[in-house]
Order: sequence, then structure tokens, then C-alpha cells
Amino acid sequence: MAEMVKKATRESYGLTLVELGETNPDIVVLDADLSEATKTKFFKEKFPERFIDCGIAESNMIGVAAGLATCGKIPFATSFAMFAAGRAFEQVRNSVGYPHLNVKIVGSHAGISVGEDGATHQCLEDIALMRSIPGMVVLNPSDHYEMCAAVKAAAAYKGPVYLRLGRLAVESFNNSDDYHFEIGKGITLRDGKDVTIIATGLMVSRALEAVKELEKEGIDARLINIHTIKPIDRNIIVKAAKETGKIITVEEHNVIGGLGDAVCSVLCEECPVPVVKIGINDEFGHSGPAAALLDDYGLCAPHIVEVTKKALGKK
Amino acid sequence: MKKSEKKALQIAACKIRIGAVTAVYSAKSGHPGGALSAAEIFAYLYFKEMKIDPNNPKDESRDRFVLSKGHTCPGLYAALALKGYFPFEELKTFRHIGSRLQGHPDMTKTPGVDMSTGSLGQGVSAACGMALAGKLDKKLYRVYSLLGDGEIDEGQVWEAAMFAAHHKLDNLCLIIDNNGLQIDGPVEEVAGPGPIDEKFKAFGFDVQKIDGHDFDAIESAFCHAKTVKGKPSVIIAKTVKGKGVSYMENQVGWHGKAPNDEQYKIAMDELHKSLTELEAE
Repeated sequence: MAEMVKKATRESYGLTLVELGETNPDIVVLDADLSEATKTKFFKEKFPERFIDCGIAESNMIGVAAGLATCGKIPFATSFAMFAAGRAFEQVRNSVGYPHLNVKIVGSHAGISVGEDGATHQCLEDIALMRSIPGMVVLNPSDHYEMCAAVKAAAAYKGPVYLRLGRLAVESFNNSDDYHFEIGKGITLRDGKDVTIIATGLMVSRALEAVKELEKEGIDARLINIHTIKPIDRNIIVKAAKETGKIITVEEHNVIGGLGDAVCSVLCEECPVPVVKIGINDEFGHSGPAAALLDDYGLCAPHIVEVTKKALGKK
Repeated sequence: MKKSEKKALQIAACKIRIGAVTAVYSAKSGHPGGALSAAEIFAYLYFKEMKIDPNNPKDESRDRFVLSKGHTCPGLYAALALKGYFPFEELKTFRHIGSRLQGHPDMTKTPGVDMSTGSLGQGVSAACGMALAGKLDKKLYRVYSLLGDGEIDEGQVWEAAMFAAHHKLDNLCLIIDNNGLQIDGPVEEVAGPGPIDEKFKAFGFDVQKIDGHDFDAIESAFCHAKTVKGKPSVIIAKTVKGKGVSYMENQVGWHGKAPNDEQYKIAMDELHKSLTELEAE
């Protein structure tokens, strides 16, 4: 069993880049004047010749990454999710996605948990944007260990990947020795027969709390961690629908276009069951301390418990 | 430049024009104006300047070319076909279903295309990435990118220009096809990108202004660009949009329109007449 650590996934990302940089000379890291926040600074300190600060010019950064990839480099182009996936969407689509280049687009400070910076920086649309690009893999790891594994998997995978990082520190739970990360494979964190909660990213740890609370109240909830939103693990979702009959999805993203919609599109084709989507309900965020904001928007264990009980017809 | 060499390049440019107009005519759509204005630049790059091998289009040590003004690919495709990357006849499949010759360049489909482009302003950033990779790997290849003078309205071009100068990418050479027209009219009336030379100077480039149809001037500019150390180069090539087809010259309407049967015949007559004259001299 690996030790429990409390780290933000952006830090896990930065540390893993250094590890990869030691063994793979093709890894190059690009940032847009945010290396302190995105933690690419670890790589910058260790491999300054392979770190490219593009300044506050994300569109150009994505294009430069594309050009580097055509020459055999493995670029990790990093900024806040709002700018990497949002501002530079069309560059990602046309210069990376269309030629299917081996560029890793990394969006840090995703979701509402950016906190005090407020709505302009709280990206709630990146998953929707990135999953709409043909051939793009979309990863949203949930804790330190999963992020480390995801960064390595992204580097080993040949093709474009979007990797979502969080700002907030989270206690690790993917510590067990048999933990195995594979792109496109969901993980059942807890088995259960009454209902299935499917969560992604930062929300997985909150869903874990909710499942424990539900257990105390006699509800046997299954919990699935979907770290890969695209390609999504259809089997694990359909199996859960067949065996538990009800699904709750939890994501730190607009309920339009994110995990919930991805799950619904699988289920409406293969096994229609009632689904309740917990996320940001098609609105912008606002300023405030991150943890309080998550609670405010219902992205917390008590609200997950409440919604789940309601879905099961219980008070 | 030797007279025989210049003649060969002029013939190549004329054949590129024939290929470009044929492609657009066959597609019944496409962008002839900016393909014709850049024919001498395509000819010089593919038949004199660049170290490339059509039999080994992915050679890691090759020079790279990025057509940032991707819509003028009929000119690029004609140059590639003439160079031997694929049959010249294939130009007639341009924009057809199933063709390797897409409406804008697609590096995954067309042999010899180094970067997928078409959304303006993006190719030049990719060219910067290629040049930077060359620096990181201490390789000697050079990277060329052709932009339109309308294209430089895009802010990304200037992000890329700042990047190229900051990273001292002296293995990067941009060419601006300064034909003076964009879709909505003369560039100076639409959004006023000038003075183009002063802007690039301010962004840290070595700047040359030439007649983009004069091979002596083109040769001299590319030779000079290779001697520049510590900064990127830009060649601002003054050209005539639609050059070589009388009714297309300097006509904004021929930016993105295909000739009809009658117009195609006139164009072919004019271009073949030029070719015959060149070959007879």
C-alpha cells in the first residue's frame, strides 16, 4: 500500500514530468507564463533547455507544440484550462486534433475550485470542448497516484490527449498495490447494488465520502471513477445500469457536455435507466474560497447523498 | 543566377500556374488568386532552395515548408506534383471526394505537406515549433513559411513573430505574399496591416522587401536570409494577385472563385502561350 498523500493533481503532474524527463529526451514542456501555478516549474528547474515559456500567448503555444510534435517531440502544452482548452480551442482543433499530432494539452485550475479568481478563470466547459474533437483522449484524474499514472500513460500514448488538472489539494485514495491505470478503463472503487454514482476528477473523493454516508443510512451504492471521459468505458457504465438501475453522475463541470452527458449518451443507446446529473447547472461561477464554492454549488458529499436518496425515493 | 537556371525556374513557375488553375477549375472551387501570385516563390523553394527528396518526404533532416496561407494550396500541390511527390494528373482530383488533395493542406493525406493548415495564422506557429525542434536537436534544416498579407491581420501571427525573435530562430524564414488584396478588398482598406516591414523590424526580424516575381531578387533574398544569425528572417514579396492570367490580375473577385469553361480556356491559352515562349527562347 502506497502512503496516503494530500496533493493537488497539478503538483503530481509537475513531479511526474520531471520523472519522465529523466528517461525520455523527447519530452518538452511548454507553458504560458503560469509555470509557478501549473507546477511545470519543477521541469523548468531540472531541464531548462527543454522548457519553453511562450509568454501569455496560448494560441501560439499550441501551434508551436504542434510543430514540435511533427519533429518527434512529445510536447506537454500547459496553461489554465480556460486558456489551453478555451481560448486556444480552435488551435487545438485545427493544428493538433485535425493532423492527430502527438501533443498533450494540459488544462490546470479546471472547474469552480479555482476559487477567488472567479468566473473568468473557472473553466466549466473544457471537457465538452475537448471531447468534441475527433481522436482526442480526455483524462481527468482524481488524486495524486492517478495523476502520476495518467501523465505517464499520456506520454506513452501516441496522439493528442487533453489532461485536466485541479488546483485544490486532495487526499489520495488510489493507494492500493493493485491500483492499475489504463486509458479508457473506469475503476469500480466500491461495489454496490442499490444505485451507482459515477464521478470524475476532484469529485471522486467527495463521492467516496458520500458513499460512506449512504452506507450508514443503509444504502448500498456503487462508486465508479471515470478518469477517462473519452474514450469512455461503456462496459462498466452499462453493467452498472443493468445491475443497479439508477445512475448519479458527479462532475466539476457544466452538466452540458461533460461526464453526465457522456454517460447518458452511452445509456440511451444501450441500457436506458434514470440518470441524475450533479454538476454546474449551466451557469457561470463566482468568487469565493474554493471549498466553500464547491459546497455552494452542491459539489459536496451532503448534496450527493441528498440527490441519491431522492433518486431512490427516500427522504 | 545563370540564364538557363532562371529559365528553368520560370518554366516551373508557369507550370505551377497551369497546375493551380487546372486544379481549381476541376474542383469548380478554390483559391486561384493567391496561388498565382506565389508561383515564383513556390518554384524557387521547391526547385532551388529547399533540401528535400520526394522519394523520402519524411526525412528528418529535410527542410520544412508550412503554407500558413493554406487556401492557396493549389499552388503548393502543383509544385509538389511537379517535383514528383505525386502525379501531375492528380491535381484534377483537387477537392473531390476521396482525394488526397483536400481543400486546405492535410499532412496526413498529401505526400510532401509538412503541416495541416488553413485556419489563418496557425501555420506560422507550427513553423516556429519546427524551427525550435531543429535548434533543440542541433539539426541544420531550415523552415520556411508562406503567409498572406491579409493573413497577418490575425493576432497569432504576431504572437508567433514575438516567439521567433525571442528564441532567435535564425533557421526560420517567413515569406509574406504581399499581393495587396484580401477577400473584402485591398488589405490597406480592410484592416490596414501596414507598414508590414516596419512591424516585422520592430518584432526583431531581418526584413527584406523584394519583387516576388523576379527570380534574381528572390535568390538574393533567400541567400541573404541564410546568412542572418540570431534572428528570424522575413521576405516581403511584392506580388500581383492572379499573376499570369490577364483577367485575374489584381482582381479581388478572383481570390476564391473557379473559372468557368470559357474562362478556363482563356487562362490555359495564356499560360501555355507563356510556356511555349519560355521554352522557345
